Amino acid sequence: MSKIPENLRYSKDHEWVLVDSDIATIGITDYAQNSLGDVVYIDMPRVGDTFGSHEAFGSVESVKAVSEIFTPLAGEITEVNDGLNDTPEAVNSDPYGKGWMIKLRMVKAGDADAMLSAEEYEEYLSANAE
Amino acid sequence: MSLENLKKTPLNAAHRELGGKMVDFGGWDMPVQYPGGVIEEHMRTRTRSALFDVSHMGEIWVEGPDAIPFVNKLTTNDVRNLVDGQAQYSALTNSSGGVVDDLLVHRFGPEKLLLVVNAATTDKDWDWVSTHKGDENVTLQNASPDYCQIAIQGPEAQSILQKLTETKLDAIKYYHFETGKVAGVESIIARTGYTGEDGFEVYAAPEFAVHLWNEMLETGNYGKDGGILPAGLAARNTLRLESGMSLYGHELSDTITPLEANLGWITKLQKGDFTGCDALKRQKEEGLNRRLVGFEMIDRGIGRDDHDVYVNDQKVGYVTSGSPAPFLKKNIGLAFLPVEFANIGQEIKIDVRGKHLSAAVVPTPFYKRAK
Repeated sequence: MSKIPENLRYSKDHEWVLVDSDIATIGITDYAQNSLGDVVYIDMPRVGDTFGSHEAFGSVESVKAVSEIFTPLAGEITEVNDGLNDTPEAVNSDPYGKGWMIKLRMVKAGDADAMLSAEEYEEYLSANAE
Repeated sequence: MSLENLKKTPLNAAHRELGGKMVDFGGWDMPVQYPGGVIEEHMRTRTRSALFDVSHMGEIWVEGPDAIPFVNKLTTNDVRNLVDGQAQYSALTNSSGGVVDDLLVHRFGPEKLLLVVNAATTDKDWDWVSTHKGDENVTLQNASPDYCQIAIQGPEAQSILQKLTETKLDAIKYYHFETGKVAGVESIIARTGYTGEDGFEVYAAPEFAVHLWNEMLETGNYGKDGGILPAGLAARNTLRLESGMSLYGHELSDTITPLEANLGWITKLQKGDFTGCDALKRQKEEGLNRRLVGFEMIDRGIGRDDHDVYVNDQKVGYVTSGSPAPFLKKNIGLAFLPVEFANIGQEIKIDVRGKHLSAAVVPTPFYKRAK
């Protein structure tokens, strides 16, 4: 079973979001990392880049596959997790912690409220993703 | 394709019990990896041992007084060079010199050969071989359903397998085989593989597959620290790529000749006539237009299968296989390039989703095990 922390919001593209006032921290879910397999490289945006909601902000590559990563929220990148350059495997071992990817200043602070709750994401996974 | 239509090896349930992630591979329901993941499986193969289910491979018996001349007529390597108990890497070629499939030819006797062919091309190869039989005195048998095949690979493969057989494995040289009992089961034990490591491929009747598999796992201390691991198709691919070996459908196809794919060493143009011989001789005389090369990424990023290759902003070739190399910890690949650019050190650009990333042509194999 995939881990789905209660305190986060989720997208149907399998990203998670942690909101702290107008800053959203974004990564990919346990389900997503498990589907991808061993992550070896993450192509990240630069601080200051802006993205609309559901726009691809980078890509994550496993040994076997490449997957685009989408920001569920519109905003400006304020920080990227440079640590993943040296330890991309953190996305597999700790997807909700050391495996975070970007922080973004949201255009509208309330945008994340429309995303899935942990319970809704779990239902979505059991209905669609298996 | 629905799951019900996929072909299954006798180890299908065993893979599921081990947590194998199953995928459709050329019509077969096969494990791409197990819970440890492709990197761990790859590394364990290089440093200790791993087990691969390759029962989906095809087996074709060629028997009779004309067995050797018949197979020699269809393949590029010289079957006459084989002695009993020896195996040979070779290619079936069409009249244009393109590769119908790559295969292993095993000589059991002067009138008995076993061809081992790729899974996805078994039916095509069977059609090819059987329709090219003229008045030669041979009988052909597609024996693919009669065999399971388990590959035990890695530096510890011999010591593990030796505990399960009285056959002296030390006496089996590379690309040779013996028949004998493994865990009580009548088997063909061949010192062959597709990983770049030492190891064996064991063929037996399919009803004994689960028994052999479990015995090898247990004897290899599966589940203990550093013990043998089952390894899936993903590791099989990264291991063969690091070792610079071709995969049919990527480096080889009906429209790629063995000469272009650096398989001149198995293409014996002077051995006498074989299908495609004239076309290959002509290609050799006129010179190749393109050649398979190894490359290593310089920029961060991974050139993958089918990505275009550029030199001086001109599209000149494409990647046949590209992947991270878990043991070498580099991003590597194979690509077809025009011969004028197919030189060690040549800088190339690979179009990775719109970005032209730098790579360099390097020698192959990328990895070679210490003898």
